[in-house]
Amino acid sequence: MAVILTVENLKTQFRIEGGLVKAVDGISFHINEREIIGLVGESGCGKSVSMLSIMQLISTPPGEIVDGKVIFDGKDLLKLEAKGAEMRSIRGSKIAMIFQEPMTSLNPTLTICRQLTEMLELHLGMDSQASRKRGIELLKLVGISDAETRVDDYPHQFSGGMRQRVMIATALSCNPRILIADEPTTATDVTTQAQLLELMKDMVTRFNASLVIVTHNLGVVARYAQRIYVMYAGRIVESGNSKDIFGAPRHPYTIGLLKCVPRLDEALDRKLVPIPGMPPNLIRMPPNCAFLPRCQYHIERCMQEPWPELREVGNQHYVSCYINTQEKQ
Amino acid sequence: MKPSQDNIMVDVIDLKMYFAVSRGVLQRKVADVKAVDGVNFKIKKGETLGLVGESGCGKTTTGRCILRLYEPTAGQILFNGQDITHLPERKIRPLRCEMGAIFQDPFSSLNPRQSAGSIVGEPLKIHQIAHNKQEYEDRVAELFHVVELDPSMTDRVPHEFSGGQRQRIAIARALACNPSLVICDEPISALDVSIQAQIINLLEGLQEKLGLTYLFIAHDLSVVRHISDRVAVMYLGRVVEITTSQELYQNPLHPYTKALLSAVPIADPVVEEKRERIILKGEVPSPLFPPRGCHFHPRCQIAIADCSQIVPPLREVGGNHEVACIRV
Repeated sequence: MAVILTVENLKTQFRIEGGLVKAVDGISFHINEREIIGLVGESGCGKSVSMLSIMQLISTPPGEIVDGKVIFDGKDLLKLEAKGAEMRSIRGSKIAMIFQEPMTSLNPTLTICRQLTEMLELHLGMDSQASRKRGIELLKLVGISDAETRVDDYPHQFSGGMRQRVMIATALSCNPRILIADEPTTATDVTTQAQLLELMKDMVTRFNASLVIVTHNLGVVARYAQRIYVMYAGRIVESGNSKDIFGAPRHPYTIGLLKCVPRLDEALDRKLVPIPGMPPNLIRMPPNCAFLPRCQYHIERCMQEPWPELREVGNQHYVSCYINTQEKQ
Repeated sequence: MKPSQDNIMVDVIDLKMYFAVSRGVLQRKVADVKAVDGVNFKIKKGETLGLVGESGCGKTTTGRCILRLYEPTAGQILFNGQDITHLPERKIRPLRCEMGAIFQDPFSSLNPRQSAGSIVGEPLKIHQIAHNKQEYEDRVAELFHVVELDPSMTDRVPHEFSGGQRQRIAIARALACNPSLVICDEPISALDVSIQAQIINLLEGLQEKLGLTYLFIAHDLSVVRHISDRVAVMYLGRVVEITTSQELYQNPLHPYTKALLSAVPIADPVVEEKRERIILKGEVPSPLFPPRGCHFHPRCQIAIADCSQIVPPLREVGGNHEVACIRV
């Protein structure tokens, strides 16, 4: 599979009153063509900020992308002017994004039609008739019944799940190469979540696009993602094929996450093993591994040396940890 | 084996809770939101009953009716054999000592201007449990210990605590009067994944130590199954299935329960590959105009003509398993 997007050593920081927040602290990853990848982590780990950085949607100030490259189509996106024509022609068109809360991403004063056609007119230069026709087609595609009349409705006339479908239709309207879904189903119910994720999967298959699912839900990535990146405190701590991450996790954080969530199919008497403590304060980060205070496997070396680089431990399986957790388990 | 009557702590019989919708200058009542529309279940002493369903299914309203924060429209609620359905406020107050409540959002359920200690101690004052200052302070410190918080933090205000710690404060407050029943309404859904397990384990430990009975209301089926002895599944104001946690996953009977289970992803790609997925069509109808007959019939794959006519009663199908469907 050909690589479609590469991120190298991306660093995004926010200067706030209390100090400097290193929200994303040197992450590297890539997205292959027609691939579904999962970016997993808890709130504040930098998963959303890293996606917004790719799109150059970080508001400056207080935020700033201080280092790194985002290579897409042979070009470094971070070299482009954030508000320039070239970045605009990529953002939303070649790389599209769906956000968590569809009500805040849709303009409440515009009809669904207007919001759908804006993209088509802007990026593809369609006239209003053609774009309206295409808009209705897209709504049908994402499963909105009676699309011809509903296209003239306003967002408040749609339910949460329907709005997210509209968002998916908007995101797909210009045939993007990559669709980034940032916590797309966190605000929805579980049966709606299943509907929306199936829809997204079908749509990216149909449009030959790649999908990045950003989520804290391990089940969702286990179901859909082929490759997974696990983030903690602004860094990627483990990455690999879905089966390796879930079948043979190596980083103590990944191991901990899998042990602390109840599973539907497990024995009822299994005791959950919580990860002790709390995620670190991103302003006062320790020089060594940020997971160290919560890690039950830690060794002498973890305290003395800086945060470990990612090292290869298997086929496409990388982990940033000094410890051989397999031995210790 | 039928549970004997004195083993039952809460008995909910055909509970209905309608909220009036009014319009116009005269605020005439135009319709009812049938939030809870004929719910039946029992909570046994010392058990955890899980109440699961999607948003708007009436699970929170049911919990609030049991706490008598709402006065039910119809039906009955028996608490330790006593009918509390229409008790006046002055008579319900002492009973609230017996019932604790933990809510979803520890950010809005705690007064931001009150110190943690006085939040936890307030029930002691209201119910006049502490007789002097020393007794009060001892009890607050004890409650902090029980929820594994440092008693030296009593003077801090909520924003100085993390989400998990705040939920511990809320739990301490719920336990202040030594309740026998605790209604936990989505107690962990606002917390981060790695913190959720801490709270679940705490709740499990407290139940063992203090002999509590829980009504655990949540939308996350994996969590509900983990913590509960029995689980009641709700859909649009009605209970569609009640069974043991074991049976729930191994032998779900109601078509809605099956769809709900299949929608919950399991954190294991090998298992996921083999699982059957039922993707429901459409959305949950409005509780303003619920479908006739079985509320689930418009989305049900096995519905027949009768399903739109008959309201299926919850019936025992053996082995502690009740289901409300005429097709199973």
